[in-house]
Amino acid sequence: MKIAVASGKGGTGKTTVSTNLALSLDNVQYLDCDVEEPNSAIFLKPVIEEKLPVEIPVPVIDEEKCDYCRKCVKMCAFNALVVLGEKALFFPELCHGCGGCTWICPQKAITEQDRIIGTVEKGHAGKIEFIQGLLNVGEPMAPPIIKKQRSYIKDGKTVILDSPPGTSCPVIETIRETDFCALVTEPTPFGLNDLVLAVETVREIGVPFGVIINQHGIGDDAVDRYCNTEGIEILMRIPWDRRIAEAYSKGEPAVELFPEMKKDFQQVFSRIQDIVRQAA
Amino acid sequence: MKQLTIISGKGGTGKTTITSAFAHLAENSVLADSDVDAADLHLILEPEVKHQEPYSGGSVAVIDEQKCTGCGICVEKCRFDAIRNFKVDPISCEGCTFCTYVCPEGAIVMAPQISGNWFVSSTRAGTMVHAKLGIAEDNSGKLVSVVRQNAKEIAEKDRLDTVIIDGPPGIGCPVIASITGSDMVLVVTEPTLSGLHDMERVLDTAKHFKIPAMVCVNKYDINPENTEKIEVRCREKGVRVVGCLPYDKAVTQAMILKKSVAEHDCGEVTKAVVKMWREVRQILTADTASAGKA
Repeated sequence: MKIAVASGKGGTGKTTVSTNLALSLDNVQYLDCDVEEPNSAIFLKPVIEEKLPVEIPVPVIDEEKCDYCRKCVKMCAFNALVVLGEKALFFPELCHGCGGCTWICPQKAITEQDRIIGTVEKGHAGKIEFIQGLLNVGEPMAPPIIKKQRSYIKDGKTVILDSPPGTSCPVIETIRETDFCALVTEPTPFGLNDLVLAVETVREIGVPFGVIINQHGIGDDAVDRYCNTEGIEILMRIPWDRRIAEAYSKGEPAVELFPEMKKDFQQVFSRIQDIVRQAA
Repeated sequence: MKQLTIISGKGGTGKTTITSAFAHLAENSVLADSDVDAADLHLILEPEVKHQEPYSGGSVAVIDEQKCTGCGICVEKCRFDAIRNFKVDPISCEGCTFCTYVCPEGAIVMAPQISGNWFVSSTRAGTMVHAKLGIAEDNSGKLVSVVRQNAKEIAEKDRLDTVIIDGPPGIGCPVIASITGSDMVLVVTEPTLSGLHDMERVLDTAKHFKIPAMVCVNKYDINPENTEKIEVRCREKGVRVVGCLPYDKAVTQAMILKKSVAEHDCGEVTKAVVKMWREVRQILTADTASAGKA
């Protein structure tokens, strides 16, 4: 089963929930899909066994063959190619690696070369199989890294995907085609606002979901009322506790500080299994 | 006219809390919310929309079932696995148009997408440019650029001193679009190992794009030891720490009351934010080239 942990708002506790859930269960494959700012390793402390580059195929223009016809320029939907006089220019950060320009060039002046945009790191944290993605600084596109991480997902494992914040492409790449999405929120106006956006996103993608309220007690009950009105199940409430915040700040998982919380996370997992079974 | 972008790397550190306070404290400024897929600044500033425009981020391919012969050439060429059962999945489709070229029946066309809207609004703290990205839409970086460009034009037209930009978390394309061409970034971090780790990467990102940076440590008293680590690290990198704000539940109360922490008295937090704004404003208006140096 694949469970994505997402949120909308940043800093609500996705990594807290993902890592503590992983530490409470067996047979886990953990994917840290927040490839721009991965933090799960701070808590799970994995031993990394393999580092694999993630590449996008990008065009290389042979200026000897190029006759500046601009067919590639006209085709490129991302404005990654420009011809100025007798100079063909390529902007790698804009390129999505679609291969169109290579195909269309009548002079066969374009070949493809792999460009590294990041890394996928694989290893183990105790019995947990750990896969983290890392986008290179200065690179704009996270989804190709997340795609590569997901290619290592194994059937029969409990797969936890720690999602990035927000609701745009990296989040969609993490949530799509999972069995369940746990949306972690905080009981504040920002938390509620972004939760509503996240709920709309998950509904659009079509994955069953539920809500986990973290830092329960710091704000008001508007999130509760929203979930009630919308018929959204609240799977768990984690109370705000300065001790949990301080442990978090030191890289200590909550279930290490409060081992009894493992039961709570196991109950959430059980409930998710029931929901997924019913949805099937 | 100077542009200041407030970013963080790690989410939830307090960017919008600080941006809304700066908005209140700054005279002659225009505000931009460039966190287009999870915008929150409007919850504090309560904008009145004066002008709205639709935004098209790109297009998606559409296959005409009547013309499609199921030859599969499009599936073979599509690098994004967007064509399944001869239907284009709009979520996977990146809009590259390659399939439209290879289809022998001309059965594929591109349909432009209205991927969101952007707005120019008035608030009690000045004009605000903001946006809402459509659900499950991509190309948020482009929409950020639209927001920023319009904010800049308003500042120039109205002869305002500052554009204050509330940035998104992370370091990818929406963040890059939020900082390129900006005069300064303020990185809001928190004294956690996650915050420290993410601060490194976001400072590296600012450096990569040659934008000077300053740092603020929010909720610093949750872990004074880590706060010290952040200060040491910033010194090593030649980055100035312009403020340390303590944790206070009053900040959430202010948010519920739709007030910035410069309007609602949050004790030491309010004092620290006012002091920080004075320092940031001084640095911004001074020589920007040397501004970020500790």
